[in-house]
Formats: sequence, C-alpha cells, structure tokens
Amino acid sequence: MTGLIWIVLLPLIGFVVNGLGRNVWSKTVVSLVGCGTVLASFLLSCNVFSMVYAARKVGEQASFSHTVFEWISAGSLHVNLSFLVDPLSAVMLLIITGIGFLIHLYSTAYMKHDKGFAKFFAYLNLFIFFMLLLVLGSNYVVMFIGWEGVGLCSYLLIGFWYHRIDYAAAAKKAFVMNRIGDLGFLLAIFLLFYNFGSLEFSAVLPKAATMVQGDTTLLLISLLLFVAATGKSAQIPLFTWLPDAMAGPTPVSALIHAATMVTAGIYLIARSNILFTLSPVTMEVVAIIGLATALLAAFIAVTQNDIKKVLAYSTVSQLGYMFLGLGVGAFTGAFFHVITHAFFKALLFLGAGSVIHAMSNEQDMRAMGGLKKKLPVTFLTMFIGTVAIAGIPPLAGFFSKDEILAHAFIQSKALWIGGFIGALFTAFYMFRMLFLTFYGKFRGTFEQEKHVHESPMAMTVPLMILAILSVIGGGLNLPEALGGSTALAQFLAPVFADSVALSEGFHLAHTTEFLLMGVSALAAIVMAIYAYVLYVRKAIVPGADHEKRKGLAQLSYHKFYIDEWYHAMITKPLNNLSTFCFKILDKKVIDGLVNYIGNGATRAGNVIRLLQQGNIGFYIFCMVIGIIALLAYGLYIV
Amino acid sequence: MGTIVNELQGIPLNHYILLSSIIFSIGVIGVLTRRNVIIIMMSVELMLNSVNLLLAAFSAYHGDASGQVFVFFIMALAAAEVAVGLAIIVMVYRNTKSIDINALNKLKW
Amino acid sequence: MDNFVLLLLLLVPLIVAIPLTMVKQSNPAKWLAFIASIVVLGLTIQLLIAFVPDASIQFEEKFSWIPALGIQFHIGVDGISLPLVLLTNALIPLILLSTFRKTYKGNFYALVLFMQTGLLLVFTALDAFLFYVGWELALIPIYFICGLWGGQNKARITLKFFIYTFSGSLLMLIAIIYLYTQVPTADYEWRSFYELALDGKTQGYIFWAFFIAFAIKMPLFPFHTWQPDTYVVAPTTGTMLLSGIMLKMGVYGLIRWLLPIAPLGVNQYGGIALTLAIIGIIYASIVAFKQQDIKRLVAYSSIAHVGLIAAGVFVWNIQSLQGAMLQMINHGINVIGLFFVIELIYRQAETQDMQSLGGIAKPAPKLAIAFLIIVLGAIGLPLTNGFIGEFLLLIGVYQAGIWPAVFAGLTIILGAVYMLRMYQGVMLGEINQKTADFKDVSGVDLLVLGVILVLIIAIGIYPKPLLHISEAAVTQLIEQVKFN
Repeated sequence: MTGLIWIVLLPLIGFVVNGLGRNVWSKTVVSLVGCGTVLASFLLSCNVFSMVYAARKVGEQASFSHTVFEWISAGSLHVNLSFLVDPLSAVMLLIITGIGFLIHLYSTAYMKHDKGFAKFFAYLNLFIFFMLLLVLGSNYVVMFIGWEGVGLCSYLLIGFWYHRIDYAAAAKKAFVMNRIGDLGFLLAIFLLFYNFGSLEFSAVLPKAATMVQGDTTLLLISLLLFVAATGKSAQIPLFTWLPDAMAGPTPVSALIHAATMVTAGIYLIARSNILFTLSPVTMEVVAIIGLATALLAAFIAVTQNDIKKVLAYSTVSQLGYMFLGLGVGAFTGAFFHVITHAFFKALLFLGAGSVIHAMSNEQDMRAMGGLKKKLPVTFLTMFIGTVAIAGIPPLAGFFSKDEILAHAFIQSKALWIGGFIGALFTAFYMFRMLFLTFYGKFRGTFEQEKHVHESPMAMTVPLMILAILSVIGGGLNLPEALGGSTALAQFLAPVFADSVALSEGFHLAHTTEFLLMGVSALAAIVMAIYAYVLYVRKAIVPGADHEKRKGLAQLSYHKFYIDEWYHAMITKPLNNLSTFCFKILDKKVIDGLVNYIGNGATRAGNVIRLLQQGNIGFYIFCMVIGIIALLAYGLYIV
Repeated sequence: MGTIVNELQGIPLNHYILLSSIIFSIGVIGVLTRRNVIIIMMSVELMLNSVNLLLAAFSAYHGDASGQVFVFFIMALAAAEVAVGLAIIVMVYRNTKSIDINALNKLKW
Repeated sequence: MDNFVLLLLLLVPLIVAIPLTMVKQSNPAKWLAFIASIVVLGLTIQLLIAFVPDASIQFEEKFSWIPALGIQFHIGVDGISLPLVLLTNALIPLILLSTFRKTYKGNFYALVLFMQTGLLLVFTALDAFLFYVGWELALIPIYFICGLWGGQNKARITLKFFIYTFSGSLLMLIAIIYLYTQVPTADYEWRSFYELALDGKTQGYIFWAFFIAFAIKMPLFPFHTWQPDTYVVAPTTGTMLLSGIMLKMGVYGLIRWLLPIAPLGVNQYGGIALTLAIIGIIYASIVAFKQQDIKRLVAYSSIAHVGLIAAGVFVWNIQSLQGAMLQMINHGINVIGLFFVIELIYRQAETQDMQSLGGIAKPAPKLAIAFLIIVLGAIGLPLTNGFIGEFLLLIGVYQAGIWPAVFAGLTIILGAVYMLRMYQGVMLGEINQKTADFKDVSGVDLLVLGVILVLIIAIGIYPKPLLHISEAAVTQLIEQVKFN
C-alpha cells in the first residue's frame, strides 16, 4: 500500500512547491503543479478504489491499513501515523481528489487575474492533503490532524483576501467555531482512550460493538463526537460560520464549504457509527438537530439575495438532512447524500462562480437576471444542479434524499413531515435562485452587461462533468423498490455491518415507498412551478436591504438574528468579562493586594518613624521605662 | 581605719540604700522633667553620685575595697563626661542661642 | 572528556562573560558571545549523543564546596534535566542572534551568558543549596538586563519583579534549610531529601514554601501580576530569556524538588494547586482577549500555557508529565518566536498597539507566514509542536476527571480566539501609515525565524526523539513517587 502515502504526499508536495516558489513560477507552472499533483493523487486513488472494489466483489472486508511511523507515545498511549483504506474512505478518496481536481482546474481560470494565484493553489493543495489525512487516518488522532488541518485551510482561504477586515473576521469566526467542536472531539478521544485503551478504529469499534445499548460512556463519547460534527459540519448551534465563510473565493466555497470539508462531520459519525447506534439518545439528538438545522437554514435561504449566501444556507440545510439520515440510522443514505451533494453542490457553487465571474464580481441576484442566453453552459449546468438538489427524479438528489426521508418515515412520522417541509423549501429557494439569476430582464449596470461573457473552457468543463455526475449519481444506490441493486449499500456493508445488525432493519412496503417518493417529487415540482410563477411570470424582484419586511420574512431575511444573539449572549459578555478581569481583577484586586503587601514595609516605617520625634526627654523616658522593665523582668519574672 | 568603718556600720545599710534610691530618683526625675541642659547634666551627676554612695556603703559593709575602686572610676568618668558634656552644651548654645534641650529636635524621622 | 562536559558547560559562558564586560564595541561583543553560545550548544549536543536514555543520573560530578555545612558542588543530568539543558543552550544562541541588528555592548552579552550559567546550574544541580544558588544567580543578570535596557517605568517594575520573586525564593530557602536540619547525614543532597519521610503536617509546610517560590517564578495565577508588566517593559532579549527559559525553572522545580520531596503535602494541597493552574489557564486567556498591546497579550497567553503545564505536573501521570516536559520545550520555542516577531514589528512600526497596526501581511509576506506558523504552534494545531504537548497534557489531565480536562481544554478555544485576533489585528486588514513602508524580514532575522519554524514543524511531525529522552526518567519518577 505504498501508493497510499503518495496519494497523501503529492498534494503536500504541490503545496510546498507552489508555496515556496510563489514569486518564482509562472501561472502556468503553478497551475500545472497544483492540478497535476491532485490529478496524480486522483489516479492513484482510482487504483486504490479499484483494489477495494475488487476485494468487495469477492466478499472480503476490504480493509487495508498501513503504518508510516509511530508518532506519539507516552506510557500506554501509542499513536501511529497510519492510514486505513476501507470502502468508506475509498469513496471519500475519490470524491476529494476527483472533485478537488475539477475545482483546481476551474480555479486556473477563475483566479487567473488574482495576485495571490500561487498562494491560492498552495492553500488548495494543503487542504486536499489535510482532507486526505482526515479520511485516511486509521485512528482518531490522525483523523484529528486532518480535522484541524482542514479548519486551518478553511481559515486561510476564507481570509484569502485578507485586506478586507470583515473577511478576516469571518475567517477567524469559522476557525473559532470549529475549535469549539474540536474540543468535543479531543474530549471524545480522551474518553475513548481511557475506555478502550487504544485510539485505532480497528481496536475501538469492534470492542464498542460488544457493549450494551445505552451505555453512559458511549453516550458521552457519541455526544462529544456529535459536538465535533456540529462545528465542522455547521449544525445548530455552530452553523453561523458557514454563511460568513462565503467571503472566500468561490472555488473554495465549492470545494471546502460544500463538497468536502463540511461533510467531515458526517464522515466522522459514519466512521464511528457503532458508537452512535448503541446510544439511542444521541441518535435522537442527531436526528432532531439535523432536522432543525435543515428547516432553519432552508427557511433563511428563502429570502437571501446573495447568490452565494443562498447556496451556503442550502448547504447547511442539506447537511442537516445528512444528520437527519444518520440520526435515523440511514448511514448509507446519509453517506449517499454526501456523495450526490458533493456533485450538485460543487456544481452549483462553481456555476455561481461562473455567474459572478461573468458579472464582474457581482453577487447580488437583484442585479442579475436574464443571463440564460448569455451564459448558456452555465445556465444549463446550473439548471441540472437545481433540479438535482430540489429532489426531482431521476436526478441524483432525489434518490439520496428519498432514502433519508424513507428511513425517517419509519422512525417517526414527525421527522418525515419535517424533512418533507424542508424539501419543499429547498425546491422553492433553489428555483427562486435560478429564476432570479437567469430569467427575466438584466438588472445590472450597463458596464456589467457589456462585460457579461460565458466562462472559458477550464471553467465550463468541470461544470459539465459535475452536471453529468449530478444526473447519473443517483444510479450509485438505486433503491430496491425501483428495481435497483443498492450498489453503494452493498459496497459499504462492512463499515455499517454492526450497526445494521443492531437496528430493526429497513422494512417499508414498496407501495408506501412509492407513495412517499411520489409525494415528495410532486411537491418539489409544485414548488418549482410556484417559484416560476412568482419570479418569472410576475417578475418579482426582492426589495432593498433596508426595506421592512413582514413578520416571518423579516425574521428569515435577518437570519433569525442569530448572529446578533450570539454577539449579545456570548461575545459581548466575554469581552466585558475580559475588560473586567484585566482592569479590575488583575490590576486592582490581585496586583493591588501584591502591592499592598509590598508596601507593608513602607507603611510600617511610616508608623514607627513617628516615635522618632526628636524630643530628647521622650527618648530618655523610653529609656528609663525600658530599663525598669528589663529590671523588673530580671528580678521578678525570671 | 577601723573606727570609721565602725562609724559607718553604725548606720544601718537600709538607710544608705534608701538615701541613694531617693537621690537616684531625684536625678532620674530631674533628667526627665527639666529642659535645661545644664540641670539635666547636674541630675545625671546626682544619679552617678547616688551610685557612688551606694558602692562606698556596700564596700564598707562587706569589707571589700573593690567597690571603692569602682567609685574612683566613676568619678573619673563623671569628670570626663562633664567636660565633654559642657563643651557640647557650649557649642549648642553658640549655635542655637539656647540651652533648651527641645531645641535639639533636628534628629528625627 | 565526557566527565567534564557538564562542568565545561557551566564554565564556558561564565569565563567568556568576564572579558566580555570590558568589550565596548558592539560587533566583537555579539560575535564573541554568539561563538561562546555555539560552543556550549556543541557541547550540549555531545552530551546528548553520549546520553543513555535511561532513568539514571549521568555525567555526575561532585566536589566538596563548604564541607563544614555539608554543602557540595554536585551536578549531573538525567532525562528530566537534559531536555531543559538542551532548551537553554539551543535558545541562547537564537536569542543572541536576534540581537544582531541591535547595538548592545559587551556588558549586555556578558549578562546573558552569566544568566546562562545560572540557568544551567538550576537545571543540573543535585544539591539543594547549589540549586538555590543557581536560582538566585539567574535572577541577578535578568534584573540588570531589564533594569538597564528596559522601557518605561523600568526601575519600578523590575524592582517589583525582583522583590516578588526573591521573597518567594526566601521561603524556599527556609524550607531547604529546614530539610537540611532533618537529614541525618547533614547534607543538601537531593537523594537525602527524597529519602526523608517527614510527617504530613511538615510536608504541608514544605509544600507551600516550595510551591509559592515556584508559582511566582512560572508564574501561576494568582502570583502572576509581576509578569505582564515585566515582559512589556523588558527589552525583547530579556523577555525571551524570562519567558523562554526562566519560567521553566519553576516547572522544573516542581518536578525535581517539590513533588518528590513533599508527596504528602501534595496529597493534601495538590488539588488546590491544580485548581489554581486551571483557573489560571482560563483567567489568563480571558484577560488576553481584549489586550491591545500585543506584547502584553503574549505575556498573558504565556500564563495560560504555563498553567496547563503546571496542571499536567500536578496530575502526575506519564502522559501529562511527558507532555509537560515536551511542552516546556515547545513553549520556549514558540514564545521566543512570538516575542521576536513582535520585536521585528516594533523595530519598524515603533508600536505594539494592535490598533495602530494592520495589513503587514501585504508588505511583509515572509514575516506574516512565519508569524502564522508560530501562532499555530502556540494554539496547538496538529503537526506543529504545540499540539503534541497539549494533547499529552490534556489526555493526562483527563485522568484527574473530565471537568479539569474540559476547563483546561478551553485553552484550545480561547487560545485560538486571542491569538487569531492578534494575528488579524497585526497582519490582516488594510495597511496604514505606520505599516505602509514595512520591509520584509531578511538576513539574520530571517535565519532566526527559520530555525524557529523548522523546530516547530519538526517537533510537530516527529516528537519521538524528544519524548524518548525523558521517558525512562519520567516513568521511574512516577513509580517512585505515588499519590493517592
């Protein structure tokens, strides 16, 4: 498995080469290095994947590990820098390197005029490196390296245009919020270590599988891991960083904040699925938080006007679906949604990037419109993406979302209804975005209109590939009800075997399943038509920012004032506490006490010197008294 | 010689002790209460002499001459003290035009 | 040769320091001092090669010093002191290099070398009296460095620093003398001290006497208030010496003297010490939040980091102690890097105030990258040195319970907040008047930063050699000294 090391190392080499030579290499060299390393990594990944696939074909577990060196050891703690390839990580490998490569390719054109071209590619390669570490790690600590590393790259790339202080602040916010989750991850690692004596997946997970359901330790571990996941995957209550993260260049939003990094939380839970399956309480929490996030984000997305913000909230919402899937035990379904979502969300972001590129960096949809003719490829691909995400058959999103919803239906009707409502919103706001952007009249400035052009090949080719994937992606795991073979489920079976054995299994009459599918597909189409009526027929354009909106719309437009809440509830009190601690507690109380004691000598001197008043009579008096006292002591007391 | 000792021993020792205590106390009170430096000096002399008297008395009662030797030492010391003390007082008077002891309160704090 | 390496290590800086005081020109002085420190580093590396990583004391040397009082000149290293000797001797050349663009005279460098001897004496002394001598010997030069070359209010602040730390050391001296009176063989040998089995109450007093001395030096909350002022007012070299090496004296003292000598005292009061350490982590982090002066901010961050190390020591298990050993080295490297970057910024922008800085990343990308990596090391990002240390410390602290681990773990969140705020305030945003014609780091300054960066990343990727040095000694110590 030496190829494995190269899969990881190649992007790192790309990072080093581009990073060190950022002022030396020409843009062509930088693009070649940047894309080349990732492409090579992708090809190697294909090789690894085919190995795993072949092994699965003959019914093996298909889990290969490779230790590079012992990293940390202290007492009974041994952490190896080691890799593990199994069906789950093999699929992730393909997504990361494959979509990563497409986005690299896209970026060569998108970032062409940026001064930080080489830096951008260096960061992107570094991201791929860390992401690969995350999915390939054979223990929780190596995973944690990747986990934090991608957070760093996200920080660097969100703050890529660091001269904008608000961008820099958004980057910091993302990093800090991620770190809150990371603390959960670390604590979970500690718990795992002390309860299982190891941090290797291959040691921990089988041991966990033998424990009883509802074990409190497992409950705590799984909750902490979920906290980690909420940070990285932008769930309530840590989701507000993701919309702000749109400050980064659009390819970054596509790669990091849609296709790969944000799904790390799902990967983490899928990887540790047995820990969750054995903690029903956590599963419920995961499902509820996931659904709540899905609904909240979808509701906010409905009124957003920034094309990237719409997509950002849509990402949060879709991630919520994935967690809903995990929470109801549909691990394959959730992971399936990770894959399809990677296709269509990357496509949508890249499409949005293409629009923004064409519109000279305009992101407000109110200033777009009528771009259908001018950007035909972008339009077509984005249309496919929209249909896919809206859950209209037979595109990818329909199948993956449907699988999650079907599982939710078995668990509880309420969850299904919630998910269904979210799906309605999704279809609506996605079509709203599509119609506002591409239909109607052009609403931008004359300058922009003159400038509008279809993007170059380097940008449209990735769009087309992703569009094709979005169309056929559903085929990966066709449900049995539709005569499919659930290929993905078969492939991933060893990973989820223990969990599947524990759950009651998936029992849903085909008729019910058809009915559910039909209802959600129909509803999505209805919502699409409703959006068409509003934004194309009636040609409604959302009002200006300051405009007062009615009731819920106001709430949605201002994102439920969550940022303001956080500011008032957390940031501000902490800042005040800091000022208080520094100015009062530190300076006055503690240091005051120290100085008070220090000044004790001076103060004592001040008191005693008063005796020294220069009156000789007094001195003599003291002397006499002293002598008498001494005599008295000598004569009577001793 | 013997007669003088006898004479002295005619008076009980308690009387000597009482007398020198009274003289000593007068000296102490003088030092404490008077502000005139010369009187203070005199009071100091009184104290010294009361001790001398006591030493002489004990010496006579015990028939030990070393007490009287001490007296001589003290007298010599007192003479020296007066010499130096008066010289200081003269200097103080020249500087402050006063022999009030409270004029010398510069040595404080 | 091997036998005298340790003695040479102590003597070389001292001997070079004496003629250095006479050198009035800056250039010969700095080169002389630098060469001396490189020689010492070379000797240290020889020491490292000859060192057998087991639990024994090696390179031991013993001379009678004041025989009437049983005082001996007894030095030697084991796996616990060697990393600190290495840290001292590796950082001093870097610290000296960082002054190459300044015009200090011979007396300044003489003081630095003098301090090196004092520090090495602390880390190698096996005689309690000698330890105390080294402890005070290291204080004198730093007092002069801060007092003579410091900034505003230097006299008042350095005096406070001196008296504060000194009064702590006096408590320690009393404890040492008391222990001496209890030793049957009437000496100050560390072994004799270890073997004393005093009753719980006495050990309680011994505990507090040592603890306060060490807590002031590190410093631990609430004995820390001398530290931010002193760090701010001291010249950067002084700050580096104080934060990079000197505060490790306190931690080393905990591991070498306090816990083995007064285990019963630790049983009674160790919980308080642990609580103070953890309060210190959170408290210092919160105070660091709103600091405008970046030097002060880093000073507070240092209190937080040292709090975590101290917490690890008091938890006393192999992970936490190994973490503490490693983190001492890491903290030394990182904090020196941070202060050096601040110095570089101050040299050009002539301010340490975050509000008047900003946007330096644009004119000075190299400095920005270096600063970022050092910041990442300080906040413990994986694959930097800080992560290994923090991970081991936290996993160790977890053994004391989940809540200590949670509160101590807050450092990774709070650390990110204030460090990134500093990075943002200094490096990101628009450039302004002060930072517009900022020149990127170059030459010898770049060399210093480069070495620091290499260390940060190398330790982060492959910490095993360092962990290996101390492993046997730490394991043995934990076996010997047990708490319940």
